[in-house]
Amino acid sequence: MTTSIHLSLGQVVAALALVALAAAISRWRRTDLERDIVVATVRSFVQLTAIGYAIKLIFEADTIWLVLALLAVMVVFGAFTARSRAKKVPGAFWPLLIGLTIAAATTLGLVVALGIFEPTPRYLVPVGGMVIGNAMTASAVALNRLGDEVSESRPAIEATLALGATAREAAEPFVRRALRSGTITLVDSTKTTGLIFFPGTMVGMLLAGAAPTDAVRLQLILLYALLGSVAISALVATGLAYRNFFTPAQQLREPSP
Amino acid sequence: MLFELRDVSLTRGERRVLDAVGADIHPGATAIVGPSGAGKSTLLRLLNRLADPDAGTISYRDRPLAEYDPLALRREVSLVPQLPSLLPGTVESNLAYAARLAGRRLDAARCLRHAGLGAEFAGRDVGELSVGERQRTMLARALAQEPAVLLLDEPTSALDQASRDAVEATLKRLRGELEISLVVVSHDPEQARRLAERAVRLDAGRVAACGPLEEALA
Repeated sequence: MTTSIHLSLGQVVAALALVALAAAISRWRRTDLERDIVVATVRSFVQLTAIGYAIKLIFEADTIWLVLALLAVMVVFGAFTARSRAKKVPGAFWPLLIGLTIAAATTLGLVVALGIFEPTPRYLVPVGGMVIGNAMTASAVALNRLGDEVSESRPAIEATLALGATAREAAEPFVRRALRSGTITLVDSTKTTGLIFFPGTMVGMLLAGAAPTDAVRLQLILLYALLGSVAISALVATGLAYRNFFTPAQQLREPSP
Repeated sequence: MLFELRDVSLTRGERRVLDAVGADIHPGATAIVGPSGAGKSTLLRLLNRLADPDAGTISYRDRPLAEYDPLALRREVSLVPQLPSLLPGTVESNLAYAARLAGRRLDAARCLRHAGLGAEFAGRDVGELSVGERQRTMLARALAQEPAVLLLDEPTSALDQASRDAVEATLKRLRGELEISLVVVSHDPEQARRLAERAVRLDAGRVAACGPLEEALA
């Protein structure tokens, strides 16, 4: 049961048939996504190949510092990527960067401290990548929602400020809804996992020949770690970002033109 | 003097919304009148520091507005915006929220009565209220803070004539019973005549006239 699988480049190329199918559907139904599908395919190939070689080097070097450097790069790129989804939030980069950093540090720190994983590159790199990726998506969704909520609810926020409420009190319902938006997708997919879809790690382990019970346990650990990281990153990002809508005198800033 | 404005200017984007505005607002009732886009609502927002001017000074009771804690100021100088915007929940929960912010004990029936609403409104969900009832709930919510000054932005713009008359009667009664000063933005000179004894007339962001009502409206 421990035979690992080896795939040729030709098999990867053959899988492009499904990409062609997706592009054909886009063209047929005029969803105007063909270009994005091509860009996504090329980027995924280049990025995954590059990260594959980087991980190979890190595994061979077997030092924690290279792992931390790789995770730091992931956090910075994650914050840049999420910022583009949160255009209505002024100064979104720093809240995202801090949120992703705290989420990654807390989650990885806890799984190591609780003895779930060893602090070695083989565990920290893939788990860190998943944690940061999911945290990035959640905080991007949360800040995107926060930006929409604040720009649509300016009269309501100002009416609350006019009573002498603090910016925190005036923004609280909108921050809460943004936080919920950021975390609910993973909560819902965790609820249905095993029933409607098999998550990637479990599928990967089964394909690689692991015992199903091992695959399930690892998947559960990862799902729980992801829930934690998603909640932390969305909480920190929204908790810091809402402040950027207000001046120190508790005034709602004018929207940028 | 309640408010003194000296050379107050504010620009938004390319537009100069207020241009070297100078005016004295006395205790009592003052109307801010002028056509749409004259800068009336913007001026009102400056008086409880929902925004600050780019240039010039505003004083409240002979002390620069910038020296006041904005939160304490807003609980004393309460602004009721043009569009009713209540928090989800009941009328009473909205009143309680405002009272808590100002550190006041809530007498919901009294606030509702002053705003021309019966005590039975306390338990009503704000989502079930008509526009006129929402407008008056906004007024009751502001009164729950027991402010010294009420800033009212077009308080009857969304109302039919019967509701408008009721709100105007309420405001006149408030002046007599609670000795609250009123600053009322209105596009309607007749409403200014009914509610105020002094007026500031704005035109394209500048003060066209300021003083006793009939002089300012002439």
